[in-house]
Amino acid sequence: MKTFDYARADSPEAAVAAGGRFIAGGTNLLDLMKLQIETPEKLVDISRLDLAQVERREDGGLTIGALVPNSDLAANAHVVDGYPVLARALLAGASGQLRNKASTGGNLLQRTRCYYFYDTAMACNKRAPGSGCSAIGGYNRILAILGTSAQCIATHPSDMAVAMRALDAVIVTLKPDGDRRRISIHDFYRLPGDTPQIETDLEAGELITHIDLPPPPAGQQLYRKVRDRASYAFALVSVAGIVSVEDGKIASAALAFGGLGPMPWRDPAVEAALIGQAPSDAVFAAAADALLAEAKGFGSNDFKIPLTRRVLIASLRELTGASA
Amino acid sequence: MHFTINGTVHEAEPDIRASLLDVLREHVGLTGTKKGCDRGQCGACTILVNGRRINSCLTLAVMHQDDDILTIEGIGSADNLHPLQAAFVKHDGYQCGYCTPGQICSAVGMLDEVKKGWASHVSADLDSVTLDGPEISERMSGNLCRCSAYPNIVDAISEVAGA
Repeated sequence: MKTFDYARADSPEAAVAAGGRFIAGGTNLLDLMKLQIETPEKLVDISRLDLAQVERREDGGLTIGALVPNSDLAANAHVVDGYPVLARALLAGASGQLRNKASTGGNLLQRTRCYYFYDTAMACNKRAPGSGCSAIGGYNRILAILGTSAQCIATHPSDMAVAMRALDAVIVTLKPDGDRRRISIHDFYRLPGDTPQIETDLEAGELITHIDLPPPPAGQQLYRKVRDRASYAFALVSVAGIVSVEDGKIASAALAFGGLGPMPWRDPAVEAALIGQAPSDAVFAAAADALLAEAKGFGSNDFKIPLTRRVLIASLRELTGASA
Repeated sequence: MHFTINGTVHEAEPDIRASLLDVLREHVGLTGTKKGCDRGQCGACTILVNGRRINSCLTLAVMHQDDDILTIEGIGSADNLHPLQAAFVKHDGYQCGYCTPGQICSAVGMLDEVKKGWASHVSADLDSVTLDGPEISERMSGNLCRCSAYPNIVDAISEVAGA
């Protein structure tokens, strides 16, 4: 690990004024620093800031402090009651020890678990822009089938962020100049394109302070995760689904996916294929067609295309009560 | 820097880069906490900070100067075993023993999480918990045992949880 200056911030304003890399739980950042994939010159410790509350707003939605640990958020009564998809996604990720340390804001900013990003002997445009992509043509079992570019096929590893995307979360930030921003999660993440090293819309020194959720959505909620082990593994494919059925027809649908792309994936075409239709396997298959129309495998991850289709159809059956 | 470990304040001057794990082992001399992967994947370094189980390899010591740190040395001793330690002996919950301090610390934290009513990935309901074998396996999945003593570890924890 390269050495660094360390400062503990006592307010969000002091944190953004300090001008360094923020550290909260540190469970991803320190791992990357040990490998010298991340080499910050200054760490600003934000872990003691007063941003660890979950509060219900007057409009019925939730405001989640960026420092709420993943385990506390999963167990929060408002989350359990109104947003079970979020609780389930959190509980599907990492281990008990990591969930106790990992923060809500940090979870959104997790970096990819692509083998070649982690292996500093290999080319990686995300780690070393312009060096190439060893994953394309390499062993890419866990990597993306949607939203890829010729420069990068990494996936975003978070489970929590997939549920947040289905729930239309808004990310609230504080900038070094004192301005606050509200960024829809739908605008928060970037496709890799020619700049896979740029992953989010955050500006230099911009601090996530809160995540807002709208009031609990109508309908059934589900988080289904498929992985190589029964526990403590990243998703090959995951689905966060929220679907309501009225008078025998799908009235609303929000579906987001993990393990498929460089960001928690959501495609309005999937929901358009469902809304107004009576639940059936034919309708679910049309939704899968819409999701996977542009899907592209890279060899060892080709299996994700049929797997995603099956996981989506099974999830929709469960969400709508339709039988196989 | 100063650290409150097992109720005693220790002074140490580690490098700013030192993990809490390295300070425990190399600066304070508490070698019960083990270094396995040093990457947050194996759980051998599990300790309790302010009552919550964490991986001590994946956190900077400098961030924990005001915290209450509990390691395996503060949980029990050869003359005064913690009920979980006694149960691990009774049920043969280890072979080489290297992962055991982490398993015990993790189980202490895990049982407290169950008391608080926290659900897990395998819980049928998010608001009620029955701690059976599959629940213990899921909740302890952050602690690897390369000797694969898992069935006996689950038996040991089950006995203490049911007591």
